[in-house]
Order: sequence, then C-alpha cells, then structure tokens
Amino acid sequence: MTAFLQSTFNGLVSGAFYALLALGLAVIFGMLRVVNFAHGAFYMLGAFGAYVLLAEAGVPFWVALMVVPLALALLGMALERAFVHRLTRLDPLYNFLLTFGLTLILQDLVKLRYGVQSSPYEMPAGLRGSVDLGLFDFPTYRVFILGFAVAVCVGVWWTLARTRVGMVVRAATERPELTRALGINVGRWITPVFGFGIALAGLAGVLAAPMRAVNPLMGADLIIVVFAVVVIGGLGSIFGSVAAGFGIGMVQAWAEAYLSAFPIVAQTIVFIVMAAVLLWRPAGLFGRAEAPA
Amino acid sequence: MVMRRTVGLVAAATATALVVAGCGGGGPQSDGDEKVTGGAIVLGVLNDQSGAYSELSGRNSVTAVELAIADFQAKYGDRAVTTDISVRSADHQNKPDLANSKAQEMYDRQGVDLILDVPTSSAALRVADVAKEKRRLYFNISAATTDLTGKSCNKYTFHYAYDTYMLANGTGRTTTEQVGRNWYLLYPNYAFGQDMEKSFSAAIADAGGRVVGKDGAPFPNTSGDYSSYLLKAATLDPKPDVLGTMQAGAELVNVVKQYNEFELRDKGVGLAVGLMFITDIHSLTPAALAGTTYTDAWYWNFDQQNREFADRFQQETGTRPSFAHAANYSAATQYLEAVQAAGTDDADTIVAELEGKEINDVFLRNGKIRAADHRVIHDAYLAQVKPQSEVTEEWDYVRILDTIPAEEAFRAPSPDCTL
Repeated sequence: MTAFLQSTFNGLVSGAFYALLALGLAVIFGMLRVVNFAHGAFYMLGAFGAYVLLAEAGVPFWVALMVVPLALALLGMALERAFVHRLTRLDPLYNFLLTFGLTLILQDLVKLRYGVQSSPYEMPAGLRGSVDLGLFDFPTYRVFILGFAVAVCVGVWWTLARTRVGMVVRAATERPELTRALGINVGRWITPVFGFGIALAGLAGVLAAPMRAVNPLMGADLIIVVFAVVVIGGLGSIFGSVAAGFGIGMVQAWAEAYLSAFPIVAQTIVFIVMAAVLLWRPAGLFGRAEAPA
Repeated sequence: MVMRRTVGLVAAATATALVVAGCGGGGPQSDGDEKVTGGAIVLGVLNDQSGAYSELSGRNSVTAVELAIADFQAKYGDRAVTTDISVRSADHQNKPDLANSKAQEMYDRQGVDLILDVPTSSAALRVADVAKEKRRLYFNISAATTDLTGKSCNKYTFHYAYDTYMLANGTGRTTTEQVGRNWYLLYPNYAFGQDMEKSFSAAIADAGGRVVGKDGAPFPNTSGDYSSYLLKAATLDPKPDVLGTMQAGAELVNVVKQYNEFELRDKGVGLAVGLMFITDIHSLTPAALAGTTYTDAWYWNFDQQNREFADRFQQETGTRPSFAHAANYSAATQYLEAVQAAGTDDADTIVAELEGKEINDVFLRNGKIRAADHRVIHDAYLAQVKPQSEVTEEWDYVRILDTIPAEEAFRAPSPDCTL
C-alpha cells in the first residue's frame, strides 16, 4: 500500500509538469486556435533562464521563479505580435510550421552558447532533504512542486471562472464571432493570453531545473508526452488538460512500478492510452466536438 | 471542423515527433570531397558533433588529432614519410546509417587512410563493416560494445580506449569487494544498456556479489522520472548496498539528481556509475556525485605527462580533455608512427606493423595491441569523485583509487572473433 501511494505521489509530481505545460497549450489553443509546438523550447528556456541567472549573477531560485516566467511572457508576446499573429487566419499548418521552426532555432541557439552537455543547477537550500508524510518520507522539493503546481492550476481556474477577464477569454474561446458581435474587443486579449501560456511553460522549466537535466533538448523529449496529454484531455479544454496531465503522470508511474516485466508497455503506455481515448472519444475526454459552423 | 482537423494534426504530429525525436537534429555536414593526391596521409574523424556525445568527443576530438599531427611533424620534420598530413571530419549524428555512408564517403572520395573515434555502439559496428569491405583502417575510440572485438571483429578494425567489459570488470568487481555485495541495476533498455547489464551481472557474480534486482528503464525516458526505480531500490529485500546505473549523458544526470533527492546514500544505498566522462561530472557538479566510484580509461590529472597534455589541450579548446580526446590523440600518433616505421600507408602492411606492438604513451600505459582480436589493452583506473571540499581546481574532480593492470582490465580474446 505504501509503495502504491509512493508511486502515485511520484506520478502526481511528473503530472504537475505535464499539467502546467498542457494548461499553457490549452489556454493558447483556446484563444488563438494555434497549437504551439514551441512550447517545449520555452520550457527549456525557463530552465536555462534559472541556470543563467544563478551561474552568471548569483540570482537564487526563488527570484528566478518570478523573473524568468515574466521575461518569457514578454518574449512570447513579442513573438505573437511579430509572427504568430500574421498566420492565425491561414490554415493551422502554417503556425505548426512556424512554431516547429522556432523550436529548432531556439534549441540550436542555446546549443551554440551552452553546448549539449547538461548544465549544473543545485537544489535550493530551503528545499533539500525530505519531509515525513505519515506513511513515508518524501523529498521536500517534490512536495513543493506538487503544492505549487496545484496552486497555479487553481489560480488559473479561479481567474477564468470568477473574473471579468476570465469571462471574456472563455466567451472568446467558445464563440469568438458572437463575443465580437457583443462589442467585446477579443483581439486585445490574444497577445497577453499567448504570453501567459508561454509564462506557464517557463515556470515549469524553472521548477524542473533542480531535479532534471538542464540541456537544450530537455523540452523536446517531454513535449511529446505533453501533446499526448493535451489530446487525451481534449484540445482546448482547460480542465481536461490539467486532469489529463495529473492522470497521465500517475498512469506512467504505475506502469513503471507494476509493469516492469513488460518494459515495452511501460514505455508506450501514454500513447496506448491516447489511441484508446481517440477511438472512444475523438475529441478527447473533456473536449466537445464542435458543432459544424 | 477546425477542431477535428487540428486534433488529427496534433495526434499525427505527436506520432511524427516520436519518430523524429529518436534521430536528433540536423548538424554540420562534412567539408566536401576534394580528392587527395597520392603520397598524402588523410585522417578521418567521424563522430557526433551536435548531439549527446559531442562534448565528450565531437569537435575536440578533431583538435586532439590535429595536435597529434603537429607533434609528429615537429618530431620528424623533413624525415617524415610525408609532410602532407591532413584531417577530415564528419558528423554522424549517432545514426548508424549515416555513419555507414559517411565512412564510405571518407574512404572512397576523401582518400581517408584511417577513421577515428565513432561513438555510439550501433554506429561503430556499421563503420566496422565498411572498414572490412574497403580494406581500410579503423580505430574505434568512443564506442563501448565488445562486439567490435567479438563477433563483429575484422582485420582492419581496432578497438582502442575502453569497452563494456572493462567498465563492468573494474567497477563491478571492486565495488562488490569494497562497498557491498548486493546490487540493484538500473539500465537504459536498448543495446548499450542491455550489454552493460549483462557485463555487470557477470562481473558482480564473479566477485561473489549478488544482483538483488534489476530494471530496464525506457529509452529514451521521455518523462525524465526515475523515482519508481529509486524507491524500489530502497525497499528490496535484501536491501541493495549499491545502485548501479548504466544510464549515460543527460539520463545519467536525471538519475543522479533524483538519487540525491531521495537521499538514497543516507539510506545506505551507495552509487556506482557504469560509464561516466569527466564532462558528466562537470555538469552534475562533484557535490552531486561525491563518493561515487567508476572505471576510467584515463584521467587528465593522473600524472605530470597527462597534465602537460591537458594543459596544451586546454589552450586549444578551453576545456580539459575527456579520456576519448586523449585516446584520439594517442591513436593518431601511433598510426603515424607505424606509417613512418613501415614507410608506406598500405593498410595490410600497417596492420602487420601494429599487431602485437607494445606501447607506452600519454594515453596507453602498458599498452599492447593484441594480435588475436585487435583489442588495444592498457591500464585502466578505478576512480572516485572527490567531495566538494577537496576540489581545489576546476575539472579536477576525481582521485584515482587503484590502477587495474592492462591484462586484468580487459577480457581474454573472444572465441567469436576470427580476423
């Protein structure tokens, strides 16, 4: 039982990363109808931002946790204005190519400067060691990540559900034409929402720096799973992305713990689940098939 | 409609990304195909110049070979067999097929006499096929598989620096004797990892130890998470004394970071690493690895001779050499010396010149080129990462606990090999 709870907890921690990344993708897709394939690269930039601040300027983890996502939000907004914006009217394929190209450029720029070897990042002093959770000890940092990610997700949900900004975003996501017809300027929210989605990716990157290898390709591997998560949760569904993020994290951890006799299955479990969900509900678990326009 | 199309697009792109991700990104190409005139010696460095192994070998291996040529020319001057010695290099991106075609291009169109380096076992084996077919020389430096001197051995292929047997024998045996008998093995589930797991299990059993648990983790491990294995290691009965990780590069970094997070060392589970380069320690910081033992083929600060080479290397590259860099330097030097002695670059004559030769140089100590399987044997070292408090110089992260004599460090020639 303890072992089961431990692996569940670990799954939730992995899931926290998936959820933060998937949430950013979902918000961006909802508002812009753009699938941001550069999301993994921004996650990587988040981790490198933390590394550079610490190594070059001695800026601690806690400050990086605030500064890096803000800086990436600004970068994201600039990119939205300069590029993404121009392509939103065209076939989705164009933005796919754009963001995929951006990924390659960002990865190679970082590679050029810092090489492919992982860069060192130490665990922040206050979060070392482990805490007693009653049944078992658990690393403090993992508990922190879990709490922090849940708080962010709840915060985003509250903003969307309870504030005027959230109402506009939700309305624009579901019926953009109707929202415009009601005299609401949808366009002015597009850039900040894109920036916000990017900031979430950057935040996940900063959180990953102390516990994962910080290198130019760190996002490329992870983002594949995150896209599967988004498809499972339902593209554009805010709740779906978060639920699927945590859910897939747990499924993966259980598979690693209990299916180690079948490494092939443990390795591909996410995609098996994705295929099954797509057969059963083509729009994803929480997505709604759009009414024909 | 847009929604449904986009879901399809994302699903399809995810699947594509899965396939593409295994292949790495694009990288620099070779320099073209100038024909080299007769009487010239051309050395070809074929390795990873953009991916996971580009720090431990990569462009700096080319620099090491250039240093060897400069030293050879300084030593022999006008007496050299030829003054026209050059280097060609190419990026194989760790893809076996690309390695195979680049090797053919080097031998056929660039007039390369000797191919050096070639990390990634699967790519290394494909290049051995080309060397055999073209009857041209190939010194493998950076790949680990014992198949190069086993079932895939051939007359023109030499395996120079290390192999999985050397790593397992050194680390597996000494750790079992000195740290503890019970092991938990964690390996990446593909050719290299499986080979390492077998070699380690055999070495541990030979030394009277026992593997109480082992798991193949997904490769590549997209979640980057190893917590389920680390937790399992701590709960096994009997409790393992040592966690042996066979992961390499970024995956090794993930394992070690999480090993520290779960405080396994404090719980009495030590750490042994199958394959580690000085560049890995640099990126993890010695603090994260303090006390970890592993087998090293060469260490830059082992003695004065190594240090002098490391100083020169650092002037050229800005970094300290990995053992692969030193081995590339040594291999290029020994090849040029053999050509000088034989007075020809005819491959068969050079093979005869090299076979059985005993060598001592900056990389090879008590070195010998075995005639039976073309394994180059030499002293290996059991290394331990220093605690942070004892690190007084950047890159000087290791102390050498023990020298493993050349004859013991490598396996006896395999019966599978007929040259």
